[in-house]
Amino acid sequence: MEPGRPAAAGMGGRALCWLLCLLQAGRAGGAELTFELPESARQCFHEPLQRGLKFTLDFQVITGGHYDVDCYVEDPNGKTLYKEAKKQYDSFSHRAEVAGVYTFCFSNEFSTFSHKTVYFDFQVGDEPPILPDMSHRVTALTQMESACVTIHEALNTVIDSQTHYRLREAQDRSRAEELNHHVSYWSVGETVLLLVVSVTQVMLLKSFFTETRATTGAVST
Amino acid sequence: MAARGGLLGLVLLLLVGAVPRGLGLYFHLGETERRCFIEEIPDETMVIGNYRTQLYDKQREDYMPATPGLGMFVEVKDPDDKVILSRQYGSEGRFTFTSHTPGEHQICLHSNSTKFSLFAGGMLRVHLDIQVGEHANDYAEIAAKDKLSELQLRVRQLIEQVEQIQKEQNYQRWREERFRQTSESTNQRVLWWSIVQTLILVAIGVWQMRHLKSFFEAKKLV
Repeated sequence: MEPGRPAAAGMGGRALCWLLCLLQAGRAGGAELTFELPESARQCFHEPLQRGLKFTLDFQVITGGHYDVDCYVEDPNGKTLYKEAKKQYDSFSHRAEVAGVYTFCFSNEFSTFSHKTVYFDFQVGDEPPILPDMSHRVTALTQMESACVTIHEALNTVIDSQTHYRLREAQDRSRAEELNHHVSYWSVGETVLLLVVSVTQVMLLKSFFTETRATTGAVST
Repeated sequence: MAARGGLLGLVLLLLVGAVPRGLGLYFHLGETERRCFIEEIPDETMVIGNYRTQLYDKQREDYMPATPGLGMFVEVKDPDDKVILSRQYGSEGRFTFTSHTPGEHQICLHSNSTKFSLFAGGMLRVHLDIQVGEHANDYAEIAAKDKLSELQLRVRQLIEQVEQIQKEQNYQRWREERFRQTSESTNQRVLWWSIVQTLILVAIGVWQMRHLKSFFEAKKLV
């Protein structure tokens, strides 16, 4: 192979790779993650997007404190697309007008001692087909295939609904367990407090009369 | 000449096509930082995680694929805090595990870098993608292995989805039982505590009066 050939092939290959990487970045998909957000911390996630793609960000706080978090979304130019403070859950949709890296951040900086668990679902574009050939289809779908597509979409709705219920249940269970702990600590604490206060009362009262007696004795003599 | 270029292009196309979809999302990780993700899943569910790391190159002022020496330590804990996966992978890796108990599994990532010079004060960029249950299936592979037609593959996907729904529903039932136990325990504790508190108050009141009465009698004030 001539020396010039590998360089040319390498350059063309790199350009092709870059182009395909960009296409890959713009392809549909998404991420669904649940992460821990420590107190006074902020965590950011970034996603490169193509122009014209519609994306949706759903988030929900599952455990911690008052179950709220600050969230903001920025476009590649730094413009704030969405900014909310102390939200328990929300959903934000937007069509990407600029190609580039979009950033969304969750902030727990307002809280000094409660770490939170946050769930987010970042969906981009449409769901990709299970076989790459399906997207290059030229003929119409048969009845069986249309039925499959309908059932698939209905099942997607069911799964989304299940996720929603799972998150609500996790949140409620977290609150119930917190309540249980608070009741335990409070009962023990109040028992101790009660005993301490009653014994102190008696001793204090006794000390009043002991002093008065001594003073009275001193005055009389 | 054209054939070689074409072949190279095809190879690159296949290679890039082989990059798992969804590795677009990334976050920054500090050198000693540990990032944990939680997956609440039913039992017998497969989870596949893909990650790719990039390190900031000061010369090119951009993030470049990390050196092969820099790896990530992946640790997965099951709901009982037992470690089910604890392995070190390279700068690009794929980890898989199947849950055997339903509940919250914790996936933790941190870099294995001990030398400060590797990071040079910068951050590591980690691209992460976690697929759970039916989304973890590679349908192209299933179609090739079982020789399924397109329609059969679609039906297979529906079957997998329904199975996932069933597993999730069973898990829901199990979780609801735990939730009910917690609520009933709280109810019991509140009831028990109210009774005990009343008894303690009465007992303390009686003790106080008797003690003070005997004290005043001794002091000849009563």
